[in-house]
Amino acid sequence: MAYSDKVVDHYENPRNVGTLDKSSSEVGTGLVGAPECGDVMRLQIKVNPETQVIEDAKFKTFGCGSAIASSSLATEWVKGKTVSEALTISNTDIVKELALPPVKIHCSVLAEDAIRAAIGDWKKKNNVSEEAGVATAVAAH
Amino acid sequence: MSTENGSTNGAVPGLNSTGVVITNSATPLPEGVHLPLYMDNHATTPLDPRVLEAMMPYFTGKFGNAASRNHQFGWEAESAVEIARGQIAKLIGATAKEIIFTSGATESNNLAIKGIAEMYKERGNHIITQVTEHKAVLDTCKKLEKMGYIVTYLPVSADGLIDLDDLRRAIVTEGPNKTILVSIMYANNEIGVIQPIREIGKICHEKGVLFHTDAVQAVGKIPVDVIADNIDVLSLSGHKIYGPKGVGALYVRRRNPRVQITEQINGGGHERGMRSGTLNVPGIVGLGAACEICMNEMADEAKREIELRDYLKVKLESALDYTQVNGNMEHHLPGNLNMSFVYVEGESLLMGINDIAVSSGSACTSATLEPSYVLKALGLGDEIAHSSIRFGLGRFNNKAEVDYVANKIIDVVLKLRELSPLYEMVKEGIDLTKIEWAAH
Repeated sequence: MAYSDKVVDHYENPRNVGTLDKSSSEVGTGLVGAPECGDVMRLQIKVNPETQVIEDAKFKTFGCGSAIASSSLATEWVKGKTVSEALTISNTDIVKELALPPVKIHCSVLAEDAIRAAIGDWKKKNNVSEEAGVATAVAAH
Repeated sequence: MSTENGSTNGAVPGLNSTGVVITNSATPLPEGVHLPLYMDNHATTPLDPRVLEAMMPYFTGKFGNAASRNHQFGWEAESAVEIARGQIAKLIGATAKEIIFTSGATESNNLAIKGIAEMYKERGNHIITQVTEHKAVLDTCKKLEKMGYIVTYLPVSADGLIDLDDLRRAIVTEGPNKTILVSIMYANNEIGVIQPIREIGKICHEKGVLFHTDAVQAVGKIPVDVIADNIDVLSLSGHKIYGPKGVGALYVRRRNPRVQITEQINGGGHERGMRSGTLNVPGIVGLGAACEICMNEMADEAKREIELRDYLKVKLESALDYTQVNGNMEHHLPGNLNMSFVYVEGESLLMGINDIAVSSGSACTSATLEPSYVLKALGLGDEIAHSSIRFGLGRFNNKAEVDYVANKIIDVVLKLRELSPLYEMVKEGIDLTKIEWAAH
């Protein structure tokens, strides 16, 4: 199977690999997939509480090259976006950007899930309602 | 290095023409290493140059049809075929008349199992096999199930061996569903585990049941003797033993007991009626030559491959934590090493070593997205199967190549573990089995 140049580039030089402090109220963590399926992605975001801008993003992924590339790309894309802007990223955008073949579409779905899970975690920590998308309470715990 | 410098043969041309990026081409390679590097000798083997030499005359000048009875071209071809038949028979302790030529092991397995099922259907309709067989056996058995036969698939233990008591219990000797055939592979193509063939054959003979073995991975690699091993029918293939693709053979016992097989291909009654079709003379000559080389060199070759394989194993194990060898290492093919690099997914590992040809048991490498059924049958978690790499050392691999492969694997595993959330969690003391994973 031949990989696209972009997948190879993300695999060779993954962006934003690492770990953020998951106990911080500014950090949202999404852990999706399952080891027995051969894919686990952990995507973390650090959100500015004032502006809701995602100031940092980190990932670690157990999975094939396409899964690594999808999550690496996801961290690049969410950085600098507001939380609600980041939610508009869809798996089809990832498929297009990385030229993923049909058999690898599940990798892009997982990356989208990881973004949503990370944002969901951050919202939960900060009591942000799903609909409003704005902070209704200051996180303190 | 004189006897093991087949390194140039390790460089199989064309592997890098698939669009895969070959990395590190700028760094000078150690002596004896050529890229791409082939270490997947269970999938297929390169043709031994001596085999090619033996075959060449039979493509052009000596092109006769071995079934042409009334001229010199036919006689010449027939005599070459008979020499090959003898070479093959000798390697497995059979007689030449017991060798039937086929297009390869898949056909041999089909012919053996379907041919016996059909021939002996008056005697019974039960067949016993086991779960880690090659698909050529499993799919054939499934087809027979659809036709009304009953098939028992014996389980294997965690080290890949069948339990002889399971086999004894599974054999039916009375009633309408009597067992007619047991088909158990000699050695497994993924994990290299060698089944207790001699004992299996003995049990079969005691119970009056025919015994077929798919010996594709074993013949030419370890001693196989159809008499001592109590084998009635045996499949073998050319391209796994440095012979040509598209040619194989089926050993069919003629005495104690005399085994009969219903032909599955009709048209001329070649091969004593068991397999019609003009014989592939150059292929057969090549298969014979390949068998003769194995016969002469097997002992030294096995010793050399075991040394290389153990060296590879120790080198990987001493550099990396969380590795696991899959399959019993005592009853094991010389050139095989199946190892899981836990918390690293196999396809991503292959991607990092894309100038090296090995195999992965991971789902993503196959079209089915299912991890290796062989590794699953050992009771390994899917995540272990996803992390597995099969190294297949062969005649043309050398120590410099083993060093190169080991170093590359170590580098890439370390890099991918830096990327692996599972590895980080385990290092932090988190029990991964306690996490509620969102399966997808």
